[in-house]
Amino acid sequence: MKPLSIIVNGIIRQNPTFVLILGMCPTLGTTSSALTGMSMGLATLFVLICSNTVISALKSVVPDAVRIPVFIVVIATFVTVLQMVMQAWLPGLYAALGIFIPLIVVNCILLGRAESFASKNGVLASALDGVGIGLGFTAALTIIGSVRELLGAGAVFGLRVYPDSYAPLVFVLAPGAFIALGFIIAAFNRLTNKA
Amino acid sequence: MKSSLRNMVLSLGCVSIAVAGLLAAVNSLTADRIALNASMAETEAVATVMPRFANNPMADTLTVDGCRIYPGRVDGRLTGAAVLVTTNEGFSGPLTIMVGFDAEGGLTDYSILESTETPGLGDKAAEWFRDPEGRHSVIGSRDELTVTKDGGNIDGITAATITSRAFLGAVNRARAAFLKFSKQDNTAS
Amino acid sequence: MLTFLAIIITAIFVNNIVFAQFLGICPFIGVSKNLDSAVGMGAAVTFVMAIATAVTWVLQHLLLEPLGLAYIQTILFILVIAVVVQMLEIVIRKISPALYASLGVFLPLITTNCAVLGVAIIVAQQSMDFVTSIVYAVATALGFLLALVIFAGIRTQLAMTDVPRPMRGVPIALIVAGMLAMAFMGFAGIKL
Repeated sequence: MKPLSIIVNGIIRQNPTFVLILGMCPTLGTTSSALTGMSMGLATLFVLICSNTVISALKSVVPDAVRIPVFIVVIATFVTVLQMVMQAWLPGLYAALGIFIPLIVVNCILLGRAESFASKNGVLASALDGVGIGLGFTAALTIIGSVRELLGAGAVFGLRVYPDSYAPLVFVLAPGAFIALGFIIAAFNRLTNKA
Repeated sequence: MKSSLRNMVLSLGCVSIAVAGLLAAVNSLTADRIALNASMAETEAVATVMPRFANNPMADTLTVDGCRIYPGRVDGRLTGAAVLVTTNEGFSGPLTIMVGFDAEGGLTDYSILESTETPGLGDKAAEWFRDPEGRHSVIGSRDELTVTKDGGNIDGITAATITSRAFLGAVNRARAAFLKFSKQDNTAS
Repeated sequence: MLTFLAIIITAIFVNNIVFAQFLGICPFIGVSKNLDSAVGMGAAVTFVMAIATAVTWVLQHLLLEPLGLAYIQTILFILVIAVVVQMLEIVIRKISPALYASLGVFLPLITTNCAVLGVAIIVAQQSMDFVTSIVYAVATALGFLLALVIFAGIRTQLAMTDVPRPMRGVPIALIVAGMLAMAFMGFAGIKL
């Protein structure tokens, strides 16, 4: 595969949120605003690129029977690095994303890509796959966050679009997360003519 | 690769050592800054909500009824205090605020340190209760506070009554703790 | 006793792990197509969550905190959960083949159920004591079971309705989950 097609594949054809329906917990939990959604996407992007690269480099030296434990350790390590760096330099953002940062460890997207792509492909291709899937996830979370913030708070990225007293608050609350995501996936299905 | 006991142990061992090394290195780079961030947020909140003080309030804190009190003094005389209080009655988890009082127990200012409230609403609480317009400023108040919905004197944040209740409840607890402390402090000195 | 009751009601209804905290969504969407597997998954999660929380609590308080190694919490907890799940699988298969037949298939899926790791981390963050932690973990898992069972009941009905093509499957399931979440929001603010 050409480098560009690997990236595009991750963003559109295999979009982790809209097509593969993976990583639902952070998708619902951190998208109450466009900014938090995008930040969560970028945090996941970072871990995904690192873990894909390292796992691809390790694939020929790790025995099959301990493959999964090694993958989990590699992913958990990069998550821990991310936790420490964020606590040190971005404490506000770390507090806003809360428990969903350590929970990147159990995001099915990471182990899924390690198993289905990085353990079968070269280092460069795996890194690019990480970029593509990570960007696809970031784009999805940013879109969902923008929609929820626009409907629920009358703003996008904190920029006021209409007065928030007109905004149906339910979209930034828990029920709105499920409902907005349901409609956005349906719209994606319609646009890509999958259904 | 084919699995044998030898290469399994060897690969797991190597990975563990590499991981431990990397994490220890990153930890040593970030630990100081993380500790600094935590104490800075506290110091800043104390400094913003307190009326005036010439001592170091961080040095002689004490705990009264589950509230942490940072007394402010000028020439040894109590001028007020910042009170750190946490409530679990919020909409979706703990809400931690720092409330400042003058010597007579009048509320000088507040600051929200930790909030798990709905994003957007929790942020609103940071401004709402000090906005002089309407009937929702708590600045300068001396009495027990309750939301108008419960027959009280403070308008809650629109659509966030639970958060407002939790906030005012925490402020009341902070004030009670402060008054208890200032009484003890007066009799002592 | 009263505080335990408050913890239990809060964890099951007010702060339901699925509808209010967004944890464990993958199995919630994936294993809720029929009632039997929903009950099986819920029971397996309850089991694992109680044991994993007990083990991680001990490790957190006897190992990580005294040694100042709190920063390796994430990595240690996920490994512990993976090991607990593996051992449970072996033990259940040996002791009760019948139980294994009903719970066994769900066990491997639980390692990556973020509710289990999530509860272990929440318990450590809020520094609950041992008994409170276990009560909280079991109650949270029961909340998960409840959500799963209600949702499975609705989905069996949903399978027979005529839904617009692009909304079939996950989208309509999410929208129904949103309505359920709205119902659960009614519990918020209960004075206990």
